[in-house]
Amino acid sequence: MPGNDAYQHDVLVIGGGGAGLRAAIAAAEESGRLSIAVLSKVYPMRSHTVSAEGGTAAVMRENDSLDMHAKDTIFGSDFLADQDVVEAFVKEAPGEVIQLEHWGCPWSRDPDGRVSVRPFGGMTVNRTLYAADKTGFHMLHALFQTSLKYDKIVRYDEWFATSLLVEDGRVCGVVALNVHDGTVRAITAKAVIICTGGAGRIFSFTTNAAIKTGDGMALAYRAGAPLKDMEFMQYHPTGLPGTGILITEASRGEGGHLKNKDGYRYLQDYGLGPPTDKPVHRKMELGPRDILSRCHIQEHQKGRTFEGPYGHYVHLDLRHLGEKLIDKNLPFVRELVKDYVGIDPVYEPIPVRPVIHYTMGGISTDIDAKTRLEGLYAAGEAACVSMNGANRLGSNSLTELLVFGARAGRAAARHALERPAVSSNPVAHLVSDERKRLDTRFLRADGRERIADIRDEMRKAMEDGCGIYREKATMAQTCDTLRRLRERFGRIGLMDRDAVFNTELIAALELECMLDVAAAVAHSALAREESRGAHTRTDFPKRDDARFLKHSLAYRTPDGPRVEYLPVTITRWPPEERKY
Amino acid sequence: MREETITLEVTRYRPGHDSEPRTESFAVPYQKDWVVLDALNHIKDQLDGTLTYRWSCRMGVCGSCGMMVNGVPKLTCSAFLRDYYPGPIRVEPLANFPVIRDLVVSLDDFMEKLRRVKPWLIRAVEKPVSEGEYRQTPAQLEDYKQFSMCINCMLCYAACPVYGLAPAFVGPAAIALAYRYNMDSRDEGYKLREPILSESVGVWECTFVGECSVVCPKGVDPAAAIQRSKVAGAKDWAMAMLMPWGGRR
Repeated sequence: MPGNDAYQHDVLVIGGGGAGLRAAIAAAEESGRLSIAVLSKVYPMRSHTVSAEGGTAAVMRENDSLDMHAKDTIFGSDFLADQDVVEAFVKEAPGEVIQLEHWGCPWSRDPDGRVSVRPFGGMTVNRTLYAADKTGFHMLHALFQTSLKYDKIVRYDEWFATSLLVEDGRVCGVVALNVHDGTVRAITAKAVIICTGGAGRIFSFTTNAAIKTGDGMALAYRAGAPLKDMEFMQYHPTGLPGTGILITEASRGEGGHLKNKDGYRYLQDYGLGPPTDKPVHRKMELGPRDILSRCHIQEHQKGRTFEGPYGHYVHLDLRHLGEKLIDKNLPFVRELVKDYVGIDPVYEPIPVRPVIHYTMGGISTDIDAKTRLEGLYAAGEAACVSMNGANRLGSNSLTELLVFGARAGRAAARHALERPAVSSNPVAHLVSDERKRLDTRFLRADGRERIADIRDEMRKAMEDGCGIYREKATMAQTCDTLRRLRERFGRIGLMDRDAVFNTELIAALELECMLDVAAAVAHSALAREESRGAHTRTDFPKRDDARFLKHSLAYRTPDGPRVEYLPVTITRWPPEERKY
Repeated sequence: MREETITLEVTRYRPGHDSEPRTESFAVPYQKDWVVLDALNHIKDQLDGTLTYRWSCRMGVCGSCGMMVNGVPKLTCSAFLRDYYPGPIRVEPLANFPVIRDLVVSLDDFMEKLRRVKPWLIRAVEKPVSEGEYRQTPAQLEDYKQFSMCINCMLCYAACPVYGLAPAFVGPAAIALAYRYNMDSRDEGYKLREPILSESVGVWECTFVGECSVVCPKGVDPAAAIQRSKVAGAKDWAMAMLMPWGGRR
């Protein structure tokens, strides 16, 4: 019940993936006096961090330096990363990955017992720690299992946050639906941290889990916080056709080759060559993801890709690596390809195509994970602290969720320690409003529009207008389509009216979030008249620093997103042309 | 031309409406590269929006979509329709768990047991992060690696006849994870976990049917963890009986 102590906390984390759990532990360690809660629409160990494969970057060796990691990240970002943020990130990264080691993460090891490092796309030296090719899985379970030792971390497993509680411009908790019994409650907190991950599910072909529907982004956006750099959706060059299942970049780091239908390593034709037997940092298959994804499309336009039931694809060839290496460092790749494509990568090349992988934009935060709304913080893929800019380097995201998850947890804890408790009277009123909204819009509505139809059309519109190559006319059409889908969503009808575990209601709420986030992506993309990183326009093929060396900020308005801009912070690396 | 279909016989149960679970049949398009989960998603999107189940990653690692498929615990995201052709395919909630609705079972019991076995690294003195990593050789990593692969999908509990009869049994996944930490060269928590594992509902409850290891989709061998924990526990007991100082190491 509202006002009941059980639903009052000092710090409330929404999302129990890598960033959320890291934030919760950081808050718990910041002060013994705080009550901390983690609310997640799934059990935390089911979060999408579990699917990350390749590794997590940090400067660990003598041949590396913080400046080198910073420069690679900034260069990879196409100079859209905030350089003060990147500097803080690379500095805190080694401590965070070692902390995780102390919490039991089974990092792969060198013979002398040190944690191993492997090459990754866009990086100049080996700096990616890994746990075979199940890095995210091991990190998430290590974090989750470690979180169990903190008694004061309370969990709301399988609860869905439907709106933020905002009073006098201050965020003071959420209204959330308990999926198990359908009750709606206010959960108050002096500080709220959103760690709900990205929004890859607004596209048809994605490596993202079903749960990645941008819920947290939409929560903040509706409450008035802007979404930053949403036009930058990253394609990963090697997903399985059809399912979109990720074949990790580590398979190229270990020496895998991309080949067209003639068996030719085509990347050499796009300024990434010459081909070598051993992988070379930042060359050929170890180029950054945005460039490799564009090469794929151009190769397709030249008629040199394969055609399959799910469209065009190329080959990722691991055969020359040998069974022993594949089993040691890429066992999950072998398992996935055997299970889902029915071939063994030891003997046959893997069909791959670019698929949506990562949302570089997100809730705009400062370097301490603070948003524009008092009391609201965000970290991980849901946030945009501006370290990935226009293109994230592989293996920086797992480190990002550690570094900025911890920063968010500490900042929110300090904020909570300074604040009085939230008063419960206005909160009760907000809860009954939200209950009414859910009932009238969904559970008692008699609309005829189906979730699946609107969802499919939204995804198609995003693929059509906001894919690897973009242009004004198709993007404008996508914006229009999204507007019409939003109207149709108002006439949605559910078959399921039950209180207990109503997953159709959850799907409707998720779709509502996706429609908001998709609109922010499409409008931000339409407004950016240049090509930078993952945002490539055929009508504006050059990067335009004079007009667009700045972050976009999308604000929600009743007439659709309003796009404003924010300068990029440059400290020591002046923008230069990005060549590999 | 008519589309080829395959029939799914799905268990339905709505609390407050149904006194008993019932079975409902759905014909779905037969697609060779579809998994059972794709068929369930087809039903939910096109035929019956009230069908209730969990899923997320669709790549066999999040552990959400475990169900009984033709009586065998399976991750439905990796159970291909083609392996059950021409059907019908029986889809039921995981055995041995209370059903919340349709194909969704309650994990409350497991979540409690997981915490009880203290699945985290325990050290007498924690080394400061500034001093770097704990060194661990590849061979030491290998000692526990297999047991760290558990995705908490609960298939092993659904296959465990002991858990079915004695729900207090700590069970395969939780014991495998306790064993994983016990075997980790960085860990010093054996003595703290041992009492939980050796109590009456701990490892001794297991009659070594070994089904847990058979159904594990990740190649974890919980049965081995249980047997080896028994050996370790027995050794401790014998030491305590024989040695004047109680076998304290």
